[in-house]
Amino acid sequence: MYRTFFPRDMLAEMDRLQRDMQQAFDLAPTIRGFGSNGFPALNVGATPQAVEIYAFAPGVDPATLEVQLERGLLTIAGKRASVLPEGDAKAAVHINERFEGAFRRMLTLPDDADPDAVDAKLADGVLRITIRRRASAQPRRIAVQ
Amino acid sequence: MSNDIQTRSTGVPESTEAKAPRYGSAALTPPVDVIEDAGGITLYADLPGVARENLSLHVEAATLTIEAESNLTVPDGLKTSHTEVGLGRFRRVFTLSKELDTEKVSAELAQGVLKLRIPKAEHAKPRRINVAVT
Repeated sequence: MYRTFFPRDMLAEMDRLQRDMQQAFDLAPTIRGFGSNGFPALNVGATPQAVEIYAFAPGVDPATLEVQLERGLLTIAGKRASVLPEGDAKAAVHINERFEGAFRRMLTLPDDADPDAVDAKLADGVLRITIRRRASAQPRRIAVQ
Repeated sequence: MSNDIQTRSTGVPESTEAKAPRYGSAALTPPVDVIEDAGGITLYADLPGVARENLSLHVEAATLTIEAESNLTVPDGLKTSHTEVGLGRFRRVFTLSKELDTEKVSAELAQGVLKLRIPKAEHAKPRRINVAVT
């Protein structure tokens, strides 16, 4: 499992504990587990027009970042280089909390997400993925004859 | 509230179902790596969504304070379904030691990662001490 994105955030840890307790009583969880606490951390939301995904991936080389959408499954993968010194360097590592190495996170999208209208932007280490929802799913006013 | 990045968009009045930020003025503790070599200390901190103008670094006496605010904007009417980063503010404090030269701290912020270099004062640089054999 990946290391927690904010390892020292006590309130978030208590939230996580509460969630874990709830999930322990869930007899039929989803096949992909609960998918929290990975790298990059994800926030997911939706507007009537689009599904918005924010992936918090600071320091990830944009060239290694890979966003794929296949059969309603969104995959965010990439690699974050280590900043730690080589083994023979005369340096001491005092604190090491940041994630390093390869990562891959997947999430299922709602059925009305349009795979042909995906937009991904990376700014200040936050990857924002916008997936438009199909027009048929948007609220319409039906004229009464 | 600008520090509540997900539950509300800027300029949108608070709806009845929207809750106040759960932790008030709380801030997230960003993860860091701290590496020391002969010349000084290098600190890396993850501050996703933070632009240069929203980052504040403060050294007072022997205390280093990193404070930052995320400038993430969300579209109007966004309904959150899953949140892992629930706050848009970061804060972390470190106590420095006296051999570090706080006058010469340099900082870079790139792609949401802060790199801070605190060199050691000249008098504190390593010297090889000769062991006299008698």
